[in-house]
Amino acid sequence: MKITTNWLKDHLDTKLNENQIIDKLTDIGLEVESADIQSSELDSFLVAKIVKTEKHPGADRLKVCDVDIGIKNSVKVVCGAPNAREGLLTIYAPPGATIPKNQMKLVVSKIRGVTSYGMLCSESELNLSNESDGITELLSEKYDAKIGKNYFPKSNLKVIDISITPNRADCLGIRGIARDLSAAGSGKLKNIKSEKLTQKNKQKINIKIIKEKNQGCAIFGSCLITGVKNTESPNWLKEKIISLGQKPISAIVDVTNYIMFDLNRPLHAYDADKIDRGIIVRNSKKGETFKALDNKNYKLDNDMCVITDNSGILGLGGIIGGTRSGTELDTKNVLIEAAYFSPKSIRKTSKVLNIDTDAKFRFERGIDPLSIELGLQRAAELIKKICGGEVSKFDIQNFEKIKNNSIKFDPLLFEKITGFKIDQKEMTKILNGLGFEVKKEKKIMALKVPSWRSDIEQEIDIIEELVRIHGYNKIQIVEPEKSRDKPTLNNKQKLFHFLQRSIASKGFLETITWSFTDSKINQLFIENNKEIKIVNPISSDLNVLRNSIFSNLIIYLNKNLDRGFKDVSLFEIGPTFSGSQPGQQETVASGLRSGKISRLSWLEKDRLVDVFDVKKDVIQSLVEAGFSQNKLYIDDKTPSYYHPGKSGRVFLSKDKEKVIAFFGEIHPNILKKIDIKTESLVGFEIFLDNIKQTKKSLNNQKTQYQYSDFQKSERDFAFVIDKNFQVQELIEIIYDVDKNLIKRVRVFDIYEGANIPEDKKSIALNVVIQSSKKTLKDEDLDRINQVIISKVEEKTGAKIRS
Amino acid sequence: MSDIKKIKDEFLLKLKENLNLNQVNQIKTDLFGKNGLVSSQFKKLGAIAEDERKKFASDLNSVKDELQNIISSKVNDIEIKEINEKLEKEKVDITLPERPFVQGKIHPVSQVIDEISSIFSEIGFSVEEGPDVENEYNNFTALNTPDNHPARDMHDTFYLDDKKELLLRTHTSPVQIRTMLKDKPPFKIIAPGRTYRSDSDQTHAPMFHQVEGLHIDKDINMGHLKGCLNYFIKEFFEVDKIKMRFRPSHFPFTEPSAEVDIGYKIKDGKIVIGEGNKWLEILGCGMVHPNVLKNVKVDTTKYQGYAFGIGIDRLAMLKYGINDLRAFFDCDYRWLNHFGFDPLDVPSNYRGLSR
Repeated sequence: MKITTNWLKDHLDTKLNENQIIDKLTDIGLEVESADIQSSELDSFLVAKIVKTEKHPGADRLKVCDVDIGIKNSVKVVCGAPNAREGLLTIYAPPGATIPKNQMKLVVSKIRGVTSYGMLCSESELNLSNESDGITELLSEKYDAKIGKNYFPKSNLKVIDISITPNRADCLGIRGIARDLSAAGSGKLKNIKSEKLTQKNKQKINIKIIKEKNQGCAIFGSCLITGVKNTESPNWLKEKIISLGQKPISAIVDVTNYIMFDLNRPLHAYDADKIDRGIIVRNSKKGETFKALDNKNYKLDNDMCVITDNSGILGLGGIIGGTRSGTELDTKNVLIEAAYFSPKSIRKTSKVLNIDTDAKFRFERGIDPLSIELGLQRAAELIKKICGGEVSKFDIQNFEKIKNNSIKFDPLLFEKITGFKIDQKEMTKILNGLGFEVKKEKKIMALKVPSWRSDIEQEIDIIEELVRIHGYNKIQIVEPEKSRDKPTLNNKQKLFHFLQRSIASKGFLETITWSFTDSKINQLFIENNKEIKIVNPISSDLNVLRNSIFSNLIIYLNKNLDRGFKDVSLFEIGPTFSGSQPGQQETVASGLRSGKISRLSWLEKDRLVDVFDVKKDVIQSLVEAGFSQNKLYIDDKTPSYYHPGKSGRVFLSKDKEKVIAFFGEIHPNILKKIDIKTESLVGFEIFLDNIKQTKKSLNNQKTQYQYSDFQKSERDFAFVIDKNFQVQELIEIIYDVDKNLIKRVRVFDIYEGANIPEDKKSIALNVVIQSSKKTLKDEDLDRINQVIISKVEEKTGAKIRS
Repeated sequence: MSDIKKIKDEFLLKLKENLNLNQVNQIKTDLFGKNGLVSSQFKKLGAIAEDERKKFASDLNSVKDELQNIISSKVNDIEIKEINEKLEKEKVDITLPERPFVQGKIHPVSQVIDEISSIFSEIGFSVEEGPDVENEYNNFTALNTPDNHPARDMHDTFYLDDKKELLLRTHTSPVQIRTMLKDKPPFKIIAPGRTYRSDSDQTHAPMFHQVEGLHIDKDINMGHLKGCLNYFIKEFFEVDKIKMRFRPSHFPFTEPSAEVDIGYKIKDGKIVIGEGNKWLEILGCGMVHPNVLKNVKVDTTKYQGYAFGIGIDRLAMLKYGINDLRAFFDCDYRWLNHFGFDPLDVPSNYRGLSR
């Protein structure tokens, strides 16, 4: 909502200056977003003096003038005015200026071969008078000293732009803002002066509101003004309209707009002669069409509130008028409408048709239903004054009564909510200032809510009014207590934060990508999930919720590869979605690594990142998070976007309850489809929701400390075993031989090739054996060795290599 | 007698020469080996007359000790010298690069969420979460924003169905609803998380982060709200004094509502929080609207309290001097390295929020 302090002062008697007003507005909840001096197209017109005139070489009636515009060199202007002569003081418009009369923008141009820099203006061109016979003549005694200065006094009036919150419909008019300021002690609200109108005749056009379900029009007031001469608005009115950044159109239209901005009372003006035998307010029927004042054709749905006559639709009530019945400069008889439309109906219709107008914006938020007569009165007064004519009596059709709210307010509630006290006298003063009627009933205040405040419904609304006007700065700070009853994070949240930092500590950069992604990329990672479309995506490549973090991660990894980075490790921890219902999401930590390890190191030989790098990332992170490495169980069933031979999934135990992670090389087909150029790409996904929380806290995770000082022995074994036999199982068999004695099993070599049958591989293991009770003798060790060998051979078909 | 003296003099002389380890060992053998000169003298001991034996033994022992000491110190010297020579040869250019390592980074938004959680933890808030996909009821209706309410226009909403019943939450406020429906008062929670609006330009991203705060108890009033936010802002920006302004505003789910501005100035092109005459809006808050409490079956005659919503990305930008919101989500390797935090920099109360 834009206002000027000048206009505000039509309603407010105040001693505050502009800056104080701006501060006060913000203090009472009418947030000033900007306060700028309005630039005007008139700023560029200068007082100038013709110093020399010459005949135009190519045209008899034109002159070439040297014009002094207050700078060092005079400028050349071609001019056709007969009164252009040496020594004349006149008004100069430079290139770039817009001529007010015809809105023509000046450019440097050649006129019959002579370049003209700007123009000397007539009074008519500047809308100063109708004098168009020559250029403006300024009196030398008055303007001699002003050469080069602005002809039009520069306005230093600020246009104050206020952000009006949706509850404050009443402040969409300047009077409402003045009322708030006056309630806050910043001045006195002036009375509206109205002149007495002579209203002899009845309003002759028949108005009918059809009684039907969902009728959006509650009250329709009207007034017929006959015999008007529509014209340009007088300057005071034009200035007001322009000061808010609007365009003056004609007196009748400008008056209705003025009253809307001034009193927040939208009006509509019809050319009464274009109304076909009376007005009928009814619900639209599906398929009806009409052409609105924005020159668009609208096709209507059922139950939209339309103003019609016997030939069809005249307008959408409270939203926009139609072209058929609009006023024009030759309009003789005008019907002014002041109505009340239900906010709900306005909102529904404008949403469906996607129309936003000043009237719609106001009706949707709630207009004062009692402002109808005032609106008609002001409009009739002004139109009669400017355009003449006979004013009819007002016709008010009531379809529905709009009641004022009353509220019983307990003043004690104020302190309970705000933490400080104000006395009842102050409360009454504030509320009266805002237009409430206050009656004391014992300890309770009985309030009648003003008709323009449909937002006030209950006691808490009253408290807001009181504290807002009294001042938020009066609220006393209560320092927070430093105590805690509940743990800040639950176990799941702790795991989230732990894994986040654990993964980052392995050299990954944490990213945050959109929760939505490109459906084309998402398809590559969707597996058995269903696609979740966004009905109104921000762009076509962000049109689905992501089923996997990989889609976005791979897109952004690719962008980094394009930037010339090769060895990139990115991860994200966040939601993936499996359905469009709340809760159909899970938290996943997902990482990608590309390129090489130790690229260009003088020390280490570089190598491609591989599946065992990401396996380490996953396993180490899980171990750091408190899960026992020995219990983790791996198999090789993975989604199709992983390399089928170089990927795995992780379970917390051999029970294979829930997959807690996938890791592996990204399938080469994916790289091909997305056109990624990298030497190697591996990744992992950890599913946080599937990780069963260790119930133990850190302090009881630590079991009793037990260690053995007895000598430990190490033995190496090499088994020749089926190529497809998984090492995980072999190790388990060895541990199972004697869990007390076998402390550790490590794989130190895998060999395939010469001396080994083609379908076999050789696995070399180191086993640490130690007793907690005694030093093992050679024969004990030999016996264990034998058991290890026989168990392995028996259970796996392997052969010990000798 | 003279034999002992002779041996002593002869070998003292020899040991003064510049000898290597082998030569010293040879001398050692010559003297103390099985048939060494000194060993041979000891064998004579039995044959010497008893009255002279004591003196002879004493002289012999003293010579033996003297020579042995010299030899062992000689050996020691040589060994040290040899080690030093060997080490000298092993010298490397220690300015060559170390074994390669990579430093991971935590995203500034995550870091700021941890900072916020740490601050609110100190004054007794716990962390709650809610789903990113919400129903229309939790996101709007329960929050006193019915379908026909113009406040809905302020939220450009992403919808997942044509009936507009499923949506991406436009704020973290639905977590208030979920929390209050799930448990019984009192409530003292914060809820950081992703939020979505279909808005995209230099200062808006279709996804951003908010932290919701909710404190409902028996006598929680606007003074507590002001105190809580004042404490938070001071702690977050790590300044002793903060200029803070509570300004009346309107949100359907709180009443009275306020927007909070903090004072700032621009110094050397950088924003300085807490000083200066300019105001910057950083959050919205208010007393939870009785309609909201009724919707979640909280007894409004017994309980009341406040709620607030803060833009996390914006806080991160202010605190760490980040200009462009869009860059948060661009995953540029260079940006992540520049603005990211070392994973070991865990914000906490005892070691401070940031270094």
